[in-house]
Amino acid sequence: MMTNIIKKNRYLILRRTIQIGLLILFGGANWWGWKFLMGNYSSAYVLETFYLADPHAVLQTFAAGFVMSADAIIGAVIVLVFYALIAGRSFCSWVCPINMITDLATWMRKKWKLTKKESFFTFSRKTRYWVLGLGILLSPIVGVAAFEVINPITMLHRGIIFGFGMGWAVIAGLFLFDLLVVEYGWCGHLCPLGAFYSATSRFSLIKVKHDVEKCTMCMKCFGVCHEEQVLHIVGEKSGFIKDECSNCGRCVEVCDDNALKFSIYNYKI
Amino acid sequence: MADTQNMNSRRDALKTMFRGAGLLGLGGAAWGSTAIKLKASELTLRPPAAIDEEKFVKACIRCGTCVEACPYDTLQLANIDDHTAIGTPFFKPRLIPCYMCPDVPCVPVCPSGALDVDIIAKQIDGINTEEPDINKAKMGVAVVDQEACIAYWGIQCDACYRACPLLGEAITLEFARNERTGKHAFLKPVVHREICTGCGLCEHACITEKAAIFVLPLNVATGRVGEHYIKGWDKADEERLKNLKEEKTKKSSPEDVLNDWEYLLDDD
Ligand code: SF4
Ligand code: SF4
Ligand code: SF4
Ligand code: SF4
Repeated sequence: MMTNIIKKNRYLILRRTIQIGLLILFGGANWWGWKFLMGNYSSAYVLETFYLADPHAVLQTFAAGFVMSADAIIGAVIVLVFYALIAGRSFCSWVCPINMITDLATWMRKKWKLTKKESFFTFSRKTRYWVLGLGILLSPIVGVAAFEVINPITMLHRGIIFGFGMGWAVIAGLFLFDLLVVEYGWCGHLCPLGAFYSATSRFSLIKVKHDVEKCTMCMKCFGVCHEEQVLHIVGEKSGFIKDECSNCGRCVEVCDDNALKFSIYNYKI
Repeated sequence: MADTQNMNSRRDALKTMFRGAGLLGLGGAAWGSTAIKLKASELTLRPPAAIDEEKFVKACIRCGTCVEACPYDTLQLANIDDHTAIGTPFFKPRLIPCYMCPDVPCVPVCPSGALDVDIIAKQIDGINTEEPDINKAKMGVAVVDQEACIAYWGIQCDACYRACPLLGEAITLEFARNERTGKHAFLKPVVHREICTGCGLCEHACITEKAAIFVLPLNVATGRVGEHYIKGWDKADEERLKNLKEEKTKKSSPEDVLNDWEYLLDDD
């Protein structure tokens, strides 16, 4: 029984461990002077030897008219290459702390059965790509990386590590938006960083693979996936799950028939 | 029939497009104005070796590595309610001043170039070395409110002077006879802006209820004379004269003036 629960949540447990672990490492740098991971999700100084940086932030800054130092640019390239060629949009489900907030909202939404009847307001999941473009376009106009001044991801980090100030209101707003207004509202419709990683990870190696032979059409995966449009091949044909899939593994966990599994992308298909 | 359907769907598509464009414009305007508001930061003191403020808010990736590197917890990252570019580092000297670490740990860790070691590089024979020299930092400049400073009242206090890491250089005490008592001296603190780093140790130390000496960003606290005033008694300043660009003013001859008048009269 217990082992079954763990098995059914194995990726969830792993994801939360990594997400919280990163927060603890970041926090340790501030609270106890640890040197493992300084900085935040925009740029992190790893073991006092090299930097990682958010390619989306570096890109906006470039658009705003400032070329960052080599440290940040190299850091951004490392991150970009890692997600684009290997891990896909994993940032969202495995790293981003907002994911824990929006997942909580979704969980409560489902528990309280707010799911369908409260959706009095909907909009396209493609909106995020417009937000992404708009952010880049606005950066040179306002003379500052446009998304970074409203970025709830780093705001949440700052809140947890340095104290919230008024920042909690933004996070609470985001949570309520996901809970009461639109299902998967932020991460599934608006966040430009999620859009950025979705757009760049088309050819990433790690992808979920669907085996139509094994699929019994139970549709459980559609119930757990936060980007259900990516599951359009399920029950129809075998293949890889692409686009906005964040490699969270929820579908893999829920599938009782082994029809969805993490796999290595076959470029020929 | 098919035609009208086509027309309708095309009209629908256009409608969606317009609606989308409208929303985009609206969102862009709201977002843009918020961004402009959230980056305004004129009254903010930055870490040492920060580049020019306008560039700084662009450059800083808002990672907080400098904040974590500071052993005194001087630096903070701006929250929404801090009235400065959100997520960027700043400090409030009355709370915690910059203690001017000789090794300046906050600067070299900056990945973005918002803090630039070159700005405070120690020079040997006029050549920049890799070493930082914190005394070259220009985080701001201390300003004395002579009305609130009790030393200017004639009461003895040299708290700021003693607190200054560049004691005797950035702040000196000016002696003057106190005519009111006839037997005491004023010891008035005077800040020298070329030396002052803006660390704020003076502001931190000031004994008045609200500090009578406080650090302001350079661009806020300083004026500019302009190029057309030259100190004739100062050799170095006179040199400036040679480098000045010639400003061409249009000379008008008496005829020009007359013609202008004629032109006005012609109109009638
Ligand atoms: S969509 Fe945005 S906020 Fe959501 S998990 Fe991804 S990066 Fe984080
Ligand atoms: S397809 Fe599966 S792995 Fe991808 S986002 Fe949906 S549930 Fe997560
Ligand atoms: S010089 Fe030292 S005290 Fe001043 S901000 Fe940098 S780390 Fe902090
Ligand atoms: S280390 Fe540099 S980029 Fe990071 S917060 Fe400080 S000034 Fe900004």
